[in-house]
Amino acid sequence: MSDALHYQSIAELSAALQARRISAVDLMQAVIARTRAVEDRVHAFNSYDFEDALAQARASDERRARGEARGPLDGIPIGLKDVIAVTGQPLTASSRMLQTFVSPYDATVTQRLREAGAICWGRLNMDEFAMGSSTENSAFGPTANPYALDCVPGGSSGGSAAAVAAGETIVSLGSDTGGSIRQPASFCNVVGLKPTYGLVSRYGLIAFASSLDQIGPFGRSVEDTAIVLGAIAGHDPRDSTSWRADVPDYRAALQSRRGPWRIGIPREYFGEGLDPEVAASVQAAVRFYESQGCTVKDVSLPHTEYGIGVYYIIATAECSSNLARFDGIRYGHRSKDAKDAVEIYAESRAEGFGPEVKRRIILGTYVLSSGYYDAYYLRAQKVRTLIRQDFLNAYRDVDVILTPTAPTPAFRRGAKADPLAMYLCDIYTIGVNLAGLPAVSVPCGFSADGRPIGMQLIGQPFGEAELLAMAHTYERAHAWGQRRPTL
Amino acid sequence: MNYEAVIGLEVHIQIKTKSKMFTRVATGYGQEPNTLTDPVVLALPGVLPVMNKAALDAIIRAGLMLGCEIAPVCKWDRKNYFYPDSPKNYQISQYDQPICLGGSVEIELPAPARNIQGEHKRIPLTRIHLEEDVGKLNHTASDSLVDYNRAGTPLMEVVSEPAMQSADEAFAYLTALRTAMVYAGISDCDMEKGQLRCDANISVRPVGETKLGTKVELKNLNSISFVRDGIAHEIKRQLAVIAAGGTIRQETRDYDGQTGTSQSLRSKEMAHDYRYFPDPDLMPVKVDAAWKARLQAECPELPFDKQRRFYERYQIPYTITSVLVPDRALSDFFEETVALAGVDKAQAVGNWIVNDLLRELGTVKIGLEASRVRPAHIAELVRLIEAGTLLMNAAKEAFVDMFATGEMPAAVVERKGLKAETNVAELEQWCRDAIAGNAKSAADFRAGKESALNAFKGPVMKAAKGKANPRLVDETLRRLLAGG
Repeated sequence: MSDALHYQSIAELSAALQARRISAVDLMQAVIARTRAVEDRVHAFNSYDFEDALAQARASDERRARGEARGPLDGIPIGLKDVIAVTGQPLTASSRMLQTFVSPYDATVTQRLREAGAICWGRLNMDEFAMGSSTENSAFGPTANPYALDCVPGGSSGGSAAAVAAGETIVSLGSDTGGSIRQPASFCNVVGLKPTYGLVSRYGLIAFASSLDQIGPFGRSVEDTAIVLGAIAGHDPRDSTSWRADVPDYRAALQSRRGPWRIGIPREYFGEGLDPEVAASVQAAVRFYESQGCTVKDVSLPHTEYGIGVYYIIATAECSSNLARFDGIRYGHRSKDAKDAVEIYAESRAEGFGPEVKRRIILGTYVLSSGYYDAYYLRAQKVRTLIRQDFLNAYRDVDVILTPTAPTPAFRRGAKADPLAMYLCDIYTIGVNLAGLPAVSVPCGFSADGRPIGMQLIGQPFGEAELLAMAHTYERAHAWGQRRPTL
Repeated sequence: MNYEAVIGLEVHIQIKTKSKMFTRVATGYGQEPNTLTDPVVLALPGVLPVMNKAALDAIIRAGLMLGCEIAPVCKWDRKNYFYPDSPKNYQISQYDQPICLGGSVEIELPAPARNIQGEHKRIPLTRIHLEEDVGKLNHTASDSLVDYNRAGTPLMEVVSEPAMQSADEAFAYLTALRTAMVYAGISDCDMEKGQLRCDANISVRPVGETKLGTKVELKNLNSISFVRDGIAHEIKRQLAVIAAGGTIRQETRDYDGQTGTSQSLRSKEMAHDYRYFPDPDLMPVKVDAAWKARLQAECPELPFDKQRRFYERYQIPYTITSVLVPDRALSDFFEETVALAGVDKAQAVGNWIVNDLLRELGTVKIGLEASRVRPAHIAELVRLIEAGTLLMNAAKEAFVDMFATGEMPAAVVERKGLKAETNVAELEQWCRDAIAGNAKSAADFRAGKESALNAFKGPVMKAAKGKANPRLVDETLRRLLAGG
């Protein structure tokens, strides 16, 4: 007995669509019905457009009727984080600043999803401008964790993770600057992959920290995640930082790559602050891999402790510049009180940005200031190189590094009012962004009170196929990902 | 105490490319406001820049022409500041690693008279870097409007060393730089269209002092003559301040060319902190030797080098080269004509182009590209004169005709009956008559006085009503005088 439509896998749905057992419109309507049923509790979306989604579904059905179906994603609803541009749809970054902004253009990933026939569905909630780890920083209200409604879904891509977990979409896209895909994936019992920097085009992704941002997929299974990654990955001439690399068949790799892998366990990731239930779940996963013939080795990433510091210099520096364009002149919020250009800037930004965004802009402005640049930004870049080198050194002995995704399961809303406490949520994920590596968070257990736990597999540059295959090996032998929230 | 001025110029030159610096939308001037825009130009959320390689090629060519060292890597930085004409509120520029370092611009200083070549010297450059232009603000009584058509146009900033001493030198520098850039097709450098803009850093110091005085930055020097006037005015102003016992304040001043006055815009204390940092959206671009070599091959000869070559190869005077050379199309036209007419006719060709062609073009106010007279016309004209078919006055008449009609000179001569007289028997008779009528000159010539020959030419020409071929006249006279 298979799940309700909204909880089925892409493989199942695609087969049903292909066999004409269901239509894309049926599927979209099922997802809409599910969303209507649970969204008031989850609040995964900032907005959605039923009409537009159904029109896309009809177009998919027509293609299929003509024998022109485009592959496994044709007719599959995919939710997009509200930081990825979709023509004619709002693009708010969960900020008052962009509350009324409608994108006149498609992001490259959006274009590629359309080419694959996927239905771009809804604008998913997030921390404002992707700054945060709980989706509490959204100007439009927090998203709830479907597994524990009083808890956060993680962040910043909390809406993307929660919507997939709650069956409000089949798959989704998020963005990850310091853990913003993986941490919410671990909080919401879904798979979330942050690709190698440069694998997926950033064109059309509202930049937070350009040298760290990557778009990546969420799915309820490794296979779903692999299918979406295959559709969005690959060189884009509109993004100078996108890499000219061949895109392997990630889905096929799940079958063809079977290990055994040499797994590195970085001792720095299992120290103070790690929740014992999380530690136990991750250690159980390590034992599973050992049982499959993998070798497990202790490795050291000695510069790990500098990760958070380096991250909050580089990310804030870049964001202070990236967010300068939100000035109330050409688009976005403009203060009604402003009388001249300087007041338009000051008032519009004061009113349009939330406190965390302001905090980071101020921090970033400071670290780039004349006289401080060398001490902060330049030094942070040097340490960043050391952090990357740590990983590359470790990969001489191991194929992959296994860690907890986050130090704890989902926490209650409002529990981390101190920004520094919030920043520590990303302690295990930030190094991956600084090093530009791929990493995936895979469900690996639940706390005693039913909150999901995820583990993180960190791969070598462009080693997504290997990572996904390894995650798939674990997933096949465990049922965590099939446990649905009670909503 | 005697004071001297020290001047450095920062010249912004728009690079002539089809599309903008970091996106595909077209560049242009004079279009409806905000029509040359796209999501990248308007800095919509999520867009990314992609470098226009043609602009990088152009600035590297500029650097190679001016003897700059070309950086092995083209690196991009963000210059952060808020202003409504800057859509991202940062400008993509080059901070600590400009693509071109050093180099110099050869200039010609004004001479006492226009027909005398002035002194040449080299003004050293600090750097040339590439960046993107900003939009334009238009202020109305109640509002300010922004036009982003100009925003994102490739722009190079040429920074000279503080190495000029007078407004005349600055003027000569700007002229030479502009000529070189126009020559290479890098920019049209039309100041009225904002394609070339100039700021000047000016200070004064006691003669003999090696340390620089406090500098004042003069902005909005919107025409090449405003550059000269503005700098002269600022030097005078600073000297007056010092003469009155004051000290120069470091500041930025705005020069108003209409009134010939300047006003303080901001002082040093209000200087921006641009918070430069490497642009994470753009990868550094490696410029290898093969790339440079390819661009080097595309660099035209520098104007002053060409002027020297014209002098050496064609022996044409400064009065002609100083007109031909600053205009690349005109000097190419000249060389094409010489190629057809022969190097020994270069002076004649030069005279026809500079005196007659330019005069006619000026009269009807058209450019060289629209001229019906092409190199073949002038080459043929010169040949006809050389062959004795056409006399100078007739040639002048033929030129005006062919300028209007585009007909080849031979056809014009035919149609208008301008052909010189070549009836040998008749000519010989006129020559005999002339010699017979002037025994003294005949004796003088036979005694070796070459110039005495001219005494016979007038009467011959008169008899021929001006249509005699002068070379034939010359030959006939010599033969008759020698043979007796």
